[in-house]
Amino acid sequence: MPRASDPIVEFRGVSKSYVLHGPPLGLKHTLLHLQAVVREARSRPAFTALDGIDFTVERGECFGVFGPNGSGKSTLLALAAGALRPTRGEVIVRGHVCPLLETGAGFHGDLTGRENALLNGMILGLSRRQARERLEGIRAFADIGSFFDEPLRTWSAGMVARLGFGVAVHTEPDVLLVDEVLAVGDEAFQERCLHHIDALRRRGTTLLIVSHDSRLLARHCNRVLRLRGGKVEALGPPDEAWHPSFAAADG
Amino acid sequence: MSTGWRHHVELVGALVGKEFRVRYRSSLLGVLWSLLNPVCFALVLYVAFRPVLHAPTDDYVAFLLAGLFPWQWFANTVSSAPAVYLSNATLVKRTALPRVLLPVASASNHLLHFVVALCAAVPALLLTGHRPAAIWLLGIPLLLLLQGAVCLGLALTLSALNVVLRDLEHLTLVLLNLTFFMTPTLYSEELVPAKLRLLFAVNPMYHLVPLWRHLILEGRLEVAALGGASACAAAALALGLLVHRRLEARLAEGL
Repeated sequence: MPRASDPIVEFRGVSKSYVLHGPPLGLKHTLLHLQAVVREARSRPAFTALDGIDFTVERGECFGVFGPNGSGKSTLLALAAGALRPTRGEVIVRGHVCPLLETGAGFHGDLTGRENALLNGMILGLSRRQARERLEGIRAFADIGSFFDEPLRTWSAGMVARLGFGVAVHTEPDVLLVDEVLAVGDEAFQERCLHHIDALRRRGTTLLIVSHDSRLLARHCNRVLRLRGGKVEALGPPDEAWHPSFAAADG
Repeated sequence: MSTGWRHHVELVGALVGKEFRVRYRSSLLGVLWSLLNPVCFALVLYVAFRPVLHAPTDDYVAFLLAGLFPWQWFANTVSSAPAVYLSNATLVKRTALPRVLLPVASASNHLLHFVVALCAAVPALLLTGHRPAAIWLLGIPLLLLLQGAVCLGLALTLSALNVVLRDLEHLTLVLLNLTFFMTPTLYSEELVPAKLRLLFAVNPMYHLVPLWRHLILEGRLEVAALGGASACAAAALALGLLVHRRLEARLAEGL
């Protein structure tokens, strides 16, 4: 049984390597050069996206992960979501995790908002009954009026993003994973999301936010993990994590 | 949070429901297409074979239909399988959704279409003078189970394998064409030369199409063909589970 004092997310010496495949070979090449292909496959170089990552996130924290492109942020999030398995080490999550998918991901344009909300809620872990019960809440959150029963392809991108956010929030996750999603909406939408993120936090939801926007993280997170080249560069409260090279790390 | 089997079954149901809605939402005839597709195909073949090639059987339309419905089920499952993971890439890359549910939902979807088509085909059969037989009560569930296992096995194999070897979706279509002519749909199985029978027997539909046809048209369940079909079903399912299990962890990285 997890105790309340246990960290809700724990990365223990986590490494993730991807085998580099090069450009897809295709069947013709594979068949014609079978021996060479097999030989190469055995000695393929691996790309280490994350290398020996150790950190814990306590319940109720807003934990930021910061780093330039290719520093391993998204891999870290996918590991926390359980979509990837670590090559080495251990990822422990004590609770229900919900990834906030990028705009419209997992939605279908021919289905209405209602149908999409039901299906996505279930994909994100709700039972059919729970998903039905929370539909009204999602509808109110998305606040898109009669469009809720129109096919998604008729919606604006911002409306779709609101629905996605609404579904994720209503799965009542213990940990909400937020990737660069916030970057897509307009400023008003971002504000709205951040407002809800703060509200969630007050209710005790743990947040794991990935971004290359240092100001956003500094404003909302109590701790920040700085990644560079798949390794932990700094870990601590925002002012410490960026001290003394706040500007330099922004590359 | 509901976990385990119940949630998985609900999820497969929801995914199948989505496929159904998406496919038929903006079409006028909707679910009727499940029925019309094989019927139209049968008509095309009838026109091609009856007057031109002098079809061997008297009751050729019924003969064609009884074989084409199960064939279309098989063909639809197999041809859509390679795209299963590719068209759901985000879910695989970003969520912990049990991967296996996606090919299972795809296979279930095609099974459901077949059952709809079958229900609609029975009245047509009655009109042409065929009578339902008591053996249907045993035979239909049995054949649904056997062909369902074949389809599920192939869906698991092709969906996972196509993530690492993208050529598979093209290859699948070629092989499907070949399989069609190696299946006694247009001709009766007696016409397969004796020395080719062993080769043809690796094709699950070589057993299943005649099984369906004899069951529906003659109310006969052929025990010998059941053996072959069971062997194919077991082999396909074992292959599917093996391949899928092997590749499951790599799916998120391959997409």
